[in-house]
Amino acid sequence: MTELIDQSLAERVLSRALANGGRFAEVFAERRRGQSMSIDERRIEAVQSGAEEGAGVRVVDGNTTYFAHVDGLDPADLERAADEAAAALRTERRQPQPLQAQAVTPLPIERPPEGVPAERKAELLRELDEAARGKGDEIAQVTAVYAEARRQVTVANSDGLFSGDDRTRTRIAVQTVARRNGTVETGAETLGAHRGFELLEDDPGQIAEQAAAKSLTLLDAVPAPSGSMPVVVGGGFGGVLFHEMTGHGLEADHIQKGASVYVGTLGEQVAQPLLNAYDDGRLPNEWGSDAIDDEGQPTQKTQVIEEGRLTSYLYDHLTAERDGVASTGNGRRETFRHLPIPRMTNTYIAPGDSSPEEMIAEVQRGFYAVSFGGGQVDPATGDFVFGVSEGYLIEGGKVTKPCRGATLIGNCLDALAAIDAVGDDFFMKTGICGKGGQKVPVGTGQGHVRVGTMTVGGTER
Amino acid sequence: MSDLSAVARRAVEATVGAGASDAEAYVSREGGRTVRVHAGEVESLEAATQTGVGVRAWHGHRVGYAYGTDLSDDGVREIAGRASEAAAAADEDEFAAPPQPAEVEALPGLSDPSIAEWDTSRVADLALTVERTALESDPRLVGVEVAVYADADEQVAIASSAGVAGEYEASSAYAYLSALAEGEGARETGLGFGLARGPRGLDPEAIGAEGAQRALSMIGAGKPASRSCPVVLDETVAASFAGLIGGGLSAKAVQRGRSPFAGRLEEEVASEVFALFDDGRDPEGPDSAPFDAEGMPRRRTALIEGGRLRSYLFDTYTANREGTSSTGSASRQGYRSLPSVSTSNLVVAPGALSLEQLLAEAGEGVYVTDVAGLHSGVNPVTGVFSVGASGRIIRDGALAEPVREFTIAGELVAMLSVVSAAGAEPRWVPFGGSVSTPPLLVAEMAISGS
Repeated sequence: MTELIDQSLAERVLSRALANGGRFAEVFAERRRGQSMSIDERRIEAVQSGAEEGAGVRVVDGNTTYFAHVDGLDPADLERAADEAAAALRTERRQPQPLQAQAVTPLPIERPPEGVPAERKAELLRELDEAARGKGDEIAQVTAVYAEARRQVTVANSDGLFSGDDRTRTRIAVQTVARRNGTVETGAETLGAHRGFELLEDDPGQIAEQAAAKSLTLLDAVPAPSGSMPVVVGGGFGGVLFHEMTGHGLEADHIQKGASVYVGTLGEQVAQPLLNAYDDGRLPNEWGSDAIDDEGQPTQKTQVIEEGRLTSYLYDHLTAERDGVASTGNGRRETFRHLPIPRMTNTYIAPGDSSPEEMIAEVQRGFYAVSFGGGQVDPATGDFVFGVSEGYLIEGGKVTKPCRGATLIGNCLDALAAIDAVGDDFFMKTGICGKGGQKVPVGTGQGHVRVGTMTVGGTER
Repeated sequence: MSDLSAVARRAVEATVGAGASDAEAYVSREGGRTVRVHAGEVESLEAATQTGVGVRAWHGHRVGYAYGTDLSDDGVREIAGRASEAAAAADEDEFAAPPQPAEVEALPGLSDPSIAEWDTSRVADLALTVERTALESDPRLVGVEVAVYADADEQVAIASSAGVAGEYEASSAYAYLSALAEGEGARETGLGFGLARGPRGLDPEAIGAEGAQRALSMIGAGKPASRSCPVVLDETVAASFAGLIGGGLSAKAVQRGRSPFAGRLEEEVASEVFALFDDGRDPEGPDSAPFDAEGMPRRRTALIEGGRLRSYLFDTYTANREGTSSTGSASRQGYRSLPSVSTSNLVVAPGALSLEQLLAEAGEGVYVTDVAGLHSGVNPVTGVFSVGASGRIIRDGALAEPVREFTIAGELVAMLSVVSAAGAEPRWVPFGGSVSTPPLLVAEMAISGS
């Protein structure tokens, strides 16, 4: 694999970074390329492409990290970043360890999207538009977005690590608006992976049809109910529930600052024994997968819940050092302009043995949240909220009317402990997760999951 | 002419040279620093500069965009070539045309010299003071998750083949913290923040005290009973809602039928009490600038006044489509993004009541101090919302016990029509964009709790 900076330059930069002392230094070089376009009102628009490269250098001394980043990868740019990062230190020069190149195999990309003509991408968007409109005359609007991004990274640190990765991600998103008389509803669906254009060669039109079907279903919706009730959460993006209510609280930076409800729960029973959950950055070509994290640590599969017991937090280099454990390969950064922090990769609840039909049949009155628009948590208090994008009433063990405007709300520990059934119909979906001003691609997954009781906040009077 | 304007002009020439019929280049250079502190120590110190160019190319009525960080001659030519290629892949749109130059009035005072004057250790002290003030406020204030100071100074230059040319410099600084309080077996968080053009405009003690007070006030919070009642939105929550309304007033959302305000110009959409302006030149506004992201003059636009919808926000494209002129409402997230319609500084008109009077007027209700899940709990097309909230019960016209884990739900336009009073004291808030708003009393809202 080609390195963005060669080993001798990396050694020189690290040596300059430690010129005024420091326990640890790192240089992270990156080249970013991307193209995106959209279709709206049946017209291809917002065709754009970007190319950026630069590097970030950090030096750690005591509990303080000094960080500088620059545009450009010329030796002079990198040395300037090293000098800036070192500028505030006042102790004795340290010598970095000699670099040892690591063997890394980037995830395989069959059809690099850079090589696919823009016209083919435009044609794909037209197909999505047609597929969505084909669902009926009530589909008033279709918007679809295509985006590809390639990140080549090289990372070297004063412990002697020298590594790199080459990552290509491709994603499409479709949004539809359905209209009937005065009623307007929306639907959305996405498809993405750490893959090239091969991702879109099967039948991406399905995504458009699913988005259209959601908005059409909602035309018949009633206002969502309010109050506490059993909630059955759908597979795939339903996993964002676990991502928010547990995943974030397990990120070691929150734990170490006492800003997580999971502080002191390692080894404790936090869920019923039917629950097993993982963070896995190695799922083949999954949206949240990479060969290495953004600190050069190979990604791994980490079991975070084993039969309801909390078994691991998620660590980057610095938080692992502080707890005297090994990094779990969760040090991620949005770009070379950001510091790495502990982040999830692909987080999921492992398949259980219930069928979705059984789970629903056991509920007399409840709510069926098929998918979410997104969610948010305050890891310190554990308070979370999810906006339901497709939801239904459950009455007498049967899914009945679609509902609009539902939000699920609750507290992490209560809701996690209330999961009383896990489905066998596992699949993954893509998400974009924000934390500390940085967005990274994450996978979420699960089969159907039932939460014994949860608060649904709707608009029904 | 600065070196940035020279880059912009070079990029325009290269794009026309690559075959575009028209071109526009936007160049920005930003220098900034961020200090994060924790437990009385500096946790991280970042210093950075970034410079880049974004090029918009027209081939007749087709538009393309490209950006990059390589500002050498070769680099700029490569970006220009990509912009021109991108335009070729787009479809014709009869309203897509380069903005024509318009007179821009200078707007001095956007850059604060204290950014350059305060060295790193002085701004680190500011952040440490924010944290210390919170920690020393009360024994139940057990920690601060993070306290941050950040500033940036940005230079912008724009040039186009149609003759648009301009440059300006603006600075910004902010500090915030997330304070942690403990009591009655639970942990609570509280946000404190301040915004200014430079560090000298920030009051670290006030920021620390606000975070502490917000966290402490939540101790012992329970779930409120579900009901329909009067609600007072504090400035941060009012700003989030103002931002949602501002999004719905973008002419792009309106023209494409994706706004609850579509087709309602001059109709009654709010109570007489609620007036909303977009002011891109407000001297206090964090988002103020002499011209917008495509070089058109910024201005003040009445959006909702006297209860009626007065105007939408237009960039050049949406104005062409409507047969009107731009309101100077094009914005971008730096050089990486195409310009699109968005609010600048939103200003909600203040009323006459103090917070105490607003609470007294509410009588029995809920004071909402925080909302969560706005990105997933609001349907921007229909205006239907249901979001997580926390705050305090209002009993006998005064603040009573704290409440959390409930939702407030409704529909944006219906909510505006029952805004029954506005507070007298507005505040600039960085939520929902850049918003100046007082607290607002909404006569009735659906609360869903236990």
